[in-house]
Amino acid sequence: MTANLISLLVLLPIGLAAILTVIDRRLPTLARGLNLAGVASLLAVSAGLLLAGAGDAPRVIELGSWAAPFGIVWVFDRLSGLMLLLTATVALLALVYAIRRDEDQAGPHFHALFQAQLFGLNGAFLTGDLFNLFVFFEVLLLASYGLLLHGNGRKRTRAGFHYVVVNLIGSTLFLFAVGALYGTVGSLNLADITLKLPNVAPDAVPLVTTAIFLLFTVFLIKGAAFPLYLWLPGAYAHASIPVAALFAIMTKVGLYSVLRVDSVMLSGNTIGGIMETTALIAPWLLWLGLITLLLAALGVVAARFVRRQVAYLIIASVGTILIALGLVTGDSGEAAIGGALYYWMHTTVLSAGFFLLAGLILRHRPEAGDGIESAPPMPHAILVGSLFFAYAIAMAGLPPLTGFFGKVMILAAALDSALMAPIFAVILTSGLIMVIALARTGSRLFYQSHAMPGHPAQSTPADARVPLPGLGMALLPLLLAGMMVVWAHPLSGWLAQTATQIATPGGYLDAVMPNGLLEPATAPGKFGADHDGGQH
Amino acid sequence: MTNIALSLLIGMLTGAGVYLVLRAQTFPVVLGLTLMSYGVNLFLFAMGRLKTAAPAVVGAVEHPTDPLPQALVLTAIVIAFAMTAFVIVLALKARAALGNDHVDGVHIPQADRLLDRSEEPRA
Repeated sequence: MTANLISLLVLLPIGLAAILTVIDRRLPTLARGLNLAGVASLLAVSAGLLLAGAGDAPRVIELGSWAAPFGIVWVFDRLSGLMLLLTATVALLALVYAIRRDEDQAGPHFHALFQAQLFGLNGAFLTGDLFNLFVFFEVLLLASYGLLLHGNGRKRTRAGFHYVVVNLIGSTLFLFAVGALYGTVGSLNLADITLKLPNVAPDAVPLVTTAIFLLFTVFLIKGAAFPLYLWLPGAYAHASIPVAALFAIMTKVGLYSVLRVDSVMLSGNTIGGIMETTALIAPWLLWLGLITLLLAALGVVAARFVRRQVAYLIIASVGTILIALGLVTGDSGEAAIGGALYYWMHTTVLSAGFFLLAGLILRHRPEAGDGIESAPPMPHAILVGSLFFAYAIAMAGLPPLTGFFGKVMILAAALDSALMAPIFAVILTSGLIMVIALARTGSRLFYQSHAMPGHPAQSTPADARVPLPGLGMALLPLLLAGMMVVWAHPLSGWLAQTATQIATPGGYLDAVMPNGLLEPATAPGKFGADHDGGQH
Repeated sequence: MTNIALSLLIGMLTGAGVYLVLRAQTFPVVLGLTLMSYGVNLFLFAMGRLKTAAPAVVGAVEHPTDPLPQALVLTAIVIAFAMTAFVIVLALKARAALGNDHVDGVHIPQADRLLDRSEEPRA
């Protein structure tokens, strides 16, 4: 039963995508209903599975009943479950907003692409096989190309082209990395690779190391870390609003892959018995995270449009999470993962909501759109301004909202790090910079409004009757953030257990490969042998 | 000998691909992506080791070729093919929408400024 429900998380979206492709324009109401029902069931199933404790021990699904390492496996544990829950939450917010504002009618096949996107995301979060991960990356990217270009727009086409080319180059690098790993280690299954890494021939160690670095480079392209984040602001700022909100989960796919591969494959392992891998990646993550966060904060200051500002806030959250992931090798490694996960939930849901709010600002200020400049007051300016204020303090990391608690947890884990001083300096300074930038944006948008011919300076009773569809979806993430604060104690306890599960990959390995390594003699120790000598 | 020729070929394809991807017009970029995907397909193929007269059938010969890289190449070819088709259509759309084939679409800066705000449909 549990296994069927887990498979449903991947199979339902692709089935719905096929149906929605057919009925898209003929039965638009049915398409909306089906898509909505699909996303709601994904949310219900992933939440139900987590509440029922399905991920407390890693749960393995062997496709076609082929045992690992011969078949592809999907693994459902708490980390996967949490990611699936976040995906469904963000998807529901984006979809309801799109339907309320008719954004799904701006081009063909929105609903089919939406479900295809969820298919790729859910598959990527579940798979335990590197090549299968590549395939799901391609699925989610291809759907995201379509979604990014949904609706029309000159700049959207240009930003879309950049996004597509960068990701195609990333896919090529991914294939090089996977191919080199298979050629040297002899497996594609994550758990199998982990067990085989110590048996790699000594002369293949540099190649394996290169492949691992290449793999993480690809993940950091998807995750938008310095210096590979330049594709993100343009793409997100020019996508249609619900798509940008859904894309709040996309950088997290890269970060999830970093965390998964780093924790399972590298922690406590060696390559060929001579190279320790525990601290192979973490210092890079830490430093790249610091630089990413600092540059993203400057991007928040420099942005001239609210949507671009939110895009840079997403990059800032990527930097913060990378800093935490860079701390996993320290004494407070588990605490760092726990804090990172709390911050992760916060930033995914709230940046999606912030994009939806930016969409309301964009649509209801006909003179300036979401440009950060003064214009006649928008309808419901007090309500929208209050929401903006709440989002700003949450995203910048001020109390009493979630960003503050996430940062405190990460900073607490950094206390015994050798790099405590730069970590504190960068996280606190960037927070200050973002507060200043967001305060300036808020005052430009909501205080410095001025009269124009035909527009009174004050909002009038007539404005109060202007409908603001989609407002609920911009409000809901804040309520979720409020719940994350009220129930912070049980939530952080649950996340701490999740962090323990992530930090002890033995459970994952035992679940996927219960019999340990099969036939260690067939591990390719023959790299560099002549071309007719390999026999794995 | 074959090893050297194959690695040189993979290197040349990838190198030419990288060079073309860095060009400023969309068509060379698309060509570059295609060359890079050829390079990576050959690379995947080579990761199964080069053998002659060794079909990927267990029992036919003493040391059959590893069939998995061939399956990977097949998957990668299909995906790269679909992606190339998509990026060509996108490049054509960009050419039509932007009026030029520069990857940044910036050849006419005045037009860029004029259109800066007007591309979004307003509700």
